[in-house]
Formats: sequence, C-alpha cells, structure tokens
Amino acid sequence: MADQLPDSTDAAHTADRSNKPSLSLHVPEPKYRPGDTADFSHIDIGEAGGMPRPDEASDPAQMTDFAYGLVRVLGEDNQAHGAWNPKLPGDTLRKMLGYMALVRAFDERMFRGQRQGKTSFYMKCTGEEATSVAAGMALASDDMVFPSYRQQGILIARDYPLVDMINQIYSNKADKLKGRQLPIMYSARDYNFFSISGNLATQLPQAVGWAMASAIKNDSRIAATWVGEGSTAEGDFHSACTFATVYNAPVILNVINNQWAISSFSGFAGAERTTFAARALGYGLAGLRVDGNDALAVFAAQQWAANRARSNSGPTLIEYFTYRAEGHSTSDDPSGYRSAQEREEWPLGDPITRLKDHLIAIGEWDEDRQAAMDKECAERVKAATKEAEKNGILGHGLHHPFRTMFEDVFEDLPWHLQEQAAQAIREREIKWPDSHPKDGAGK
Amino acid sequence: MSDSQTRTGPSAAAASSEENPERRLNMIDAINDALDIMLARDSDVIVMGEDVGYFGGVFRATAGLQEKHGKTRVFDTPISECGIIGVAVGMGAYGLRPVPEIQFADYIYPGLDQLVSEAARLRYRSATEFIAPMTVRSPFGGGIFGGQTHSQSPEAMFTHVSGLKTVIPATPYDAKGLLIASIEDNDPVIFFEPKRIYNGPFSGFYDKPVEPWKKHKDSVVPEGYYRIELGKARHVTQGDALTVLAYGTMVHVAEAVCADKGIKADILDLRTLVPLDIEAIEASVEKTGRCLIVHEATRTSGFGAELSALVTERCFYHLEAPVERVTGFDTPYPHSLEWAYFPGPVRIGEAIDKILKD
Repeated sequence: MADQLPDSTDAAHTADRSNKPSLSLHVPEPKYRPGDTADFSHIDIGEAGGMPRPDEASDPAQMTDFAYGLVRVLGEDNQAHGAWNPKLPGDTLRKMLGYMALVRAFDERMFRGQRQGKTSFYMKCTGEEATSVAAGMALASDDMVFPSYRQQGILIARDYPLVDMINQIYSNKADKLKGRQLPIMYSARDYNFFSISGNLATQLPQAVGWAMASAIKNDSRIAATWVGEGSTAEGDFHSACTFATVYNAPVILNVINNQWAISSFSGFAGAERTTFAARALGYGLAGLRVDGNDALAVFAAQQWAANRARSNSGPTLIEYFTYRAEGHSTSDDPSGYRSAQEREEWPLGDPITRLKDHLIAIGEWDEDRQAAMDKECAERVKAATKEAEKNGILGHGLHHPFRTMFEDVFEDLPWHLQEQAAQAIREREIKWPDSHPKDGAGK
Repeated sequence: MSDSQTRTGPSAAAASSEENPERRLNMIDAINDALDIMLARDSDVIVMGEDVGYFGGVFRATAGLQEKHGKTRVFDTPISECGIIGVAVGMGAYGLRPVPEIQFADYIYPGLDQLVSEAARLRYRSATEFIAPMTVRSPFGGGIFGGQTHSQSPEAMFTHVSGLKTVIPATPYDAKGLLIASIEDNDPVIFFEPKRIYNGPFSGFYDKPVEPWKKHKDSVVPEGYYRIELGKARHVTQGDALTVLAYGTMVHVAEAVCADKGIKADILDLRTLVPLDIEAIEASVEKTGRCLIVHEATRTSGFGAELSALVTERCFYHLEAPVERVTGFDTPYPHSLEWAYFPGPVRIGEAIDKILKD
C-alpha cells in the first residue's frame, strides 16, 4: 500500500505549480505622493439625495447598500435633497455653522499657540468639523460620548467653556486635569464627555460597556463613540462590534475615515478592499456610509442611529467619509508623505463652506453675516486665550502642587506613594529653591 | 450530574448549612458566597465572563448566581478579554461595579491594554471625574496539570502598573472577605484565585492524599457580609527562626515544609501585593533576622525581587543572612514536568537550610 501513497516530492504535488509565478506580497501605496497631481475622479460620491432613508428599526441584513453607497444631502446646487434631509430650522443651521466656525477659529489659535511655545502639542480637526459638531448636535445632551482625540467639536457644540479647554491645553494651574494629560485629552463629566485616552480605539468597548450599563439599568440614555479609520485595525474595534451586536447595545460607533492615519493612508486599514461601513455587515450591525463633509447628512445619520439605539432597535456603525485637511498634529508635516493638492481636489469640499453656501442659498444667511461671525469667533477665542493665560502656560512655573502627582493613582495614598511624594517635595527644595507655594507649587 | 444539580451546587450547599455557625466551605463556595452577597446588597454589582452565566463558570464559582439574580446581573460574554475588560471600564464610568471573570490568568493578556492603560489610569487621567471600580477575578497558578496556558502566575505584571491593586487569597475565609472588600473598593482590583487550592489546601507533597478544606481551620466561613481590609497581611504561624513571605498556594506549602522540618517560622500570608503590608514585613524580619520569599511565579522580575529589595533596603541591619527567594523556574510551565517545575518542599527546604546555616 505504501508505495501507492504520494509523498511530498511526488510530481503530482508540485507539477501544477511549476508554471505559476512565485508569491508576492502586496504593500499598499497611496495614489499620490508629494509633487503628484491629485485626481479623485475615481471616487464615486453618488448624488445628493440619491439614497433612500430606511426605517430606523431595519434589519441590518436589508441595509447592505448603505454600507457601500454614500448618504448625501447637500448638493452642488447648495440645496438639501432627498429623504435624509433633516429639515432643520434656520436657527439650528446657523447654530451648527457657528459651532463649526468656532471650532476652526479655536484650532487656528491653539495651533499658533503651540508654535509660540505656549504648550507642547495640539491637534486640529480642519475639514472634519461636521463629524463632531453635527453628530454631537444630533444626540441628547445627556447621551454619553466616548471621543477620540479629534472631537473637540463635541465639547464646543455642548457649550463647554473655551477657557477650560485652553487651561487644559496649557496644563496651567486652572487645568481641571491637574496638568496630568497631554493637551487636548479632555475629560468633562458634567458634559457627558468621557476622558480621552492616547491609546487608540480603547474607547470603543468602553462606550459599548456604558451603553450595556444603561440598558441593564433600563435608562434612556445612549452612548456614542468616535474612532479614526486607521485604528479600526485594533482588536478593540472587533471587541466593540462583537459586544455591541451580542447585547444589542444602545450605542453608535462612528468611524471617521479622514483618509490618513499620520502618514499611513486608509489602505493600511483595508480601504483598498472595501468600505469601513461594510465592517458592520459581518457583525450584523446596521451600517451607514455618509458624506462626512455634509453637515446635514452627518446630523441625519447620527439622528437615525440615535433613534434606533434609543428604541432598542440596535447599534449602528457609521463611516463618515471625510478628509484630514491638515497634519495629524503639531508634530506632523504632511508635505513629507502626501500631495499638497489633495485638500483642494477633495471631491466633497469643505464642511463649513458647504453649510454656509446652503444657508445663503435658502435665504437664511449672507456673506456679511458670515464675515461678522468669523470675526466674533476669533475674538471669543482670543478673549478666552487671554483669560486662560492668566492661569499660566506650560513650562512657565510649577503650576500644580507636587502632591497632585501622587494623588488619584488610587483613591487613597498607600505608604509607597506617600514616601515617594515626600521625596519629590524634598527634591523641589533643591531643584527650585525659589519656588513658593503661593505660585501654586506648594506641597 | 444533571444540569439543575450542577447549577445549584455551591449556593445550595451554602443554604443548607444556614443553621450551622461553624459552616465550612471550600474556596469556590466561599467566592460564590461573596458574589451572591454582593449581588444582593448592591444593585450596581454585575458578574460577567466566559461561561459564568447559565453554566456557572468552568470552576463553578458563579454557579446558581444567574438563576438567583437574573440574566442582566450575571451573564456570559464573548471570548474576548479585551472586550470584557473594555466594557467593564465603560460600565464603571456609568456607575456600575462590574466583577468580570477571566477564565484563566493565562488568558488575561488580550485585555492588558484595557487594564493597564485604561482601568488603572482612569481616575488619575480624569482627575477623579471617572473611575473604573472593577474586580477582575481570575484563577491562577499551577499544580493541576494545566500546561503552560492554564498554570501561569502573572501577578508581578500587575503590581508593576501604577493604579492597580493585586489581591490573592489563600483560604476560604479570606477569599470571601477579601473579595467583598475588593468589590467595594473604588480602584480596579486584580483578584487572583490560586486554583490549586480551590478544593483543599496543598502541602506541596503532590504524592500525598489531598486534604479537603473542611479539615482546615480557615474553612470556617461565617454567613453573611464581612470584609477583610486590603493591605493587611495575615500571620499564619508565629516563630523566631525565620520570616517566610508567601501568598496563595505557597502559603500552605511553606507551612507544611516548616512543620515537616520542625522549624518555628514567622509565616506571613501577604494577601495583597499592592497595597503591601510593609509594616508587618518589617516587624517580622526585625524579629527573626532572616527572610525567605516563596512564590510560584517565574523568578526574574518576579514579585519576590520587589520583596527582597524592600527587605534589604528597610531591614538590612537586622539581617543575619542574605534574603532568599524560592520561585518557579524562568521557563514556561511544563505540562509533564509540572512537579519538577513547582517550587515544592525540596526547593523550599534547601533554601531554609541555607538561611539557617550560620
């Protein structure tokens, strides 16, 4: 019998491979690098108003088209189109525009502040304002948000004081987080805004857990979370999708597909093969792919998902298709890895310009009022900055008593931290003999 | 055994002994009792993990709890430690007090980022706006032929993380009181259960018959609520010959070896590694002048290294011999050579002889 069995060198095992090319590894490469002419005509953006609006209780299996299409409301004619038009009153639209303009003005000034040495780090969200402002406005103020690091628009849309944001960015003596966190890693419990982590995608299962808790307690509040397309590659994303679907958690998982994760284009998270909204299908989550630069579409999609979650109809994964118009952070220079032309060629335009043009087109706004609003935003930010600077800037003085370095590691201070705190305070007297408790550097 | 019998095991055992003030439980029953009491006392407590719901856990620690407290208080989870710990952080932010089970300590690593970067840091990074009061229960340690993926003792990894407490009971009485205190604690607690002694204390003489807990004085577990403060070591035996610092299974092994050799040792069961009862350690070493540290975990950068450093730093002028460590070897836990790996009576005995030589 043995001689009838093929062995590993048998021709039958290798012959049919002999004429095939050897295996090759595909390493994704973005279409455009510095100096290239960017052309996005290959991206199918569909038509504004082209997608129907399914019932909020729809079976995810019946929503396949929504994971591959693109929900859009604002058209080239600056009018709102189709079933997804949220039909917001003029006042609400002006408020939305105002928040987005304020976010942009805030980003401009904080970026400049970092360059002036007032702090160590900053992250703008230029071009992505709608994905936090309009989405945030579609939620109830007591819904819990678990943001990533580029959702300052939610805080601003919830009327969080600018001066408190800047105090955190400056790590100054009025910083509510006691100078412990990297700038922009806000936490605002009173505004139902969860503490931001620098570790990516960890907030996703946490948001699902919060939503599960709300359901366990028969509450009416839901949770929403934001993550970049790049970090959907983390295991946390898979865990969150699995728990969300298993327990039908009242949660919205927002994926901000801004095309770039520092220097890695979305292809390194799988975008060459499928959409991020299509991730929903495998989990049995409702999936929506939405024009992230269309504030009305963003609002409508978030509202759809919020209604769905609040009625126990299930979680939703939304991909907001957008573009990171500037660098990843103050530590990044995108001219080193992508075409500078991409921003102007982006087929979905700028979210603030589009909403402004819509308001003008429907007779609710004009350029003069826009100019006045932009000026007012800049002045508000400037005033808040001056106010915050009274509390100090990073690196100028020891803003926080040394004991705060050891507090809150645990609820109580165990003996080993007590000993280490005493050491730090002894060192202070050697390193900074002139510092005085009245400067905020007390024990 | 039928399903219904399986599902009501420990709780039924506990209920049937209600009139008995000298009720004796094994460690599993004591843990089940603590969970049962906390689920009843605090509606914010929830118990979750792989197989913990209907089935009651692979070690039966949650048997009967779902039936008694309901499916939204005690439930199964997907096989995702990252998800289990991650949702527990979110539940804590909401105001719940989750008690997740990680089926084996060896499986905890996919959840490490959520523990180390999230649960442990949340209070600090949010300046107390949010906390993650969770008790992560997990069976750990070897001695049951679990092979390298069901035998590890990774406690030192967690003691190295600022913001985590690490608790390890060694008796049924302690398991209940420490678990209740852990669940009530507002910081995240890693609660490692020495699975070798779930059903009886272990002398380390693996070829001798297993002693059931009911013959041990610390299997007397009172009815109802009581707590044992975290950070307080337990004096197992009093003596002047040497100090033995141990926790979990190794407390019993060290005790048996000292008894076997007729040595009057001051044996401390540390009970919690963070926070550590440094006062008890210092007092004992100052009294005996000799210190042996015993743990089952691998040696290099094990918690014994921390204990050895602390004793040397703080009690050096009281020491009459170098501090000795008895530990597992720096290898994965071998399946067939388990008893060659285990830091049992021979290794402990040699170390004691060495310490007492001069």
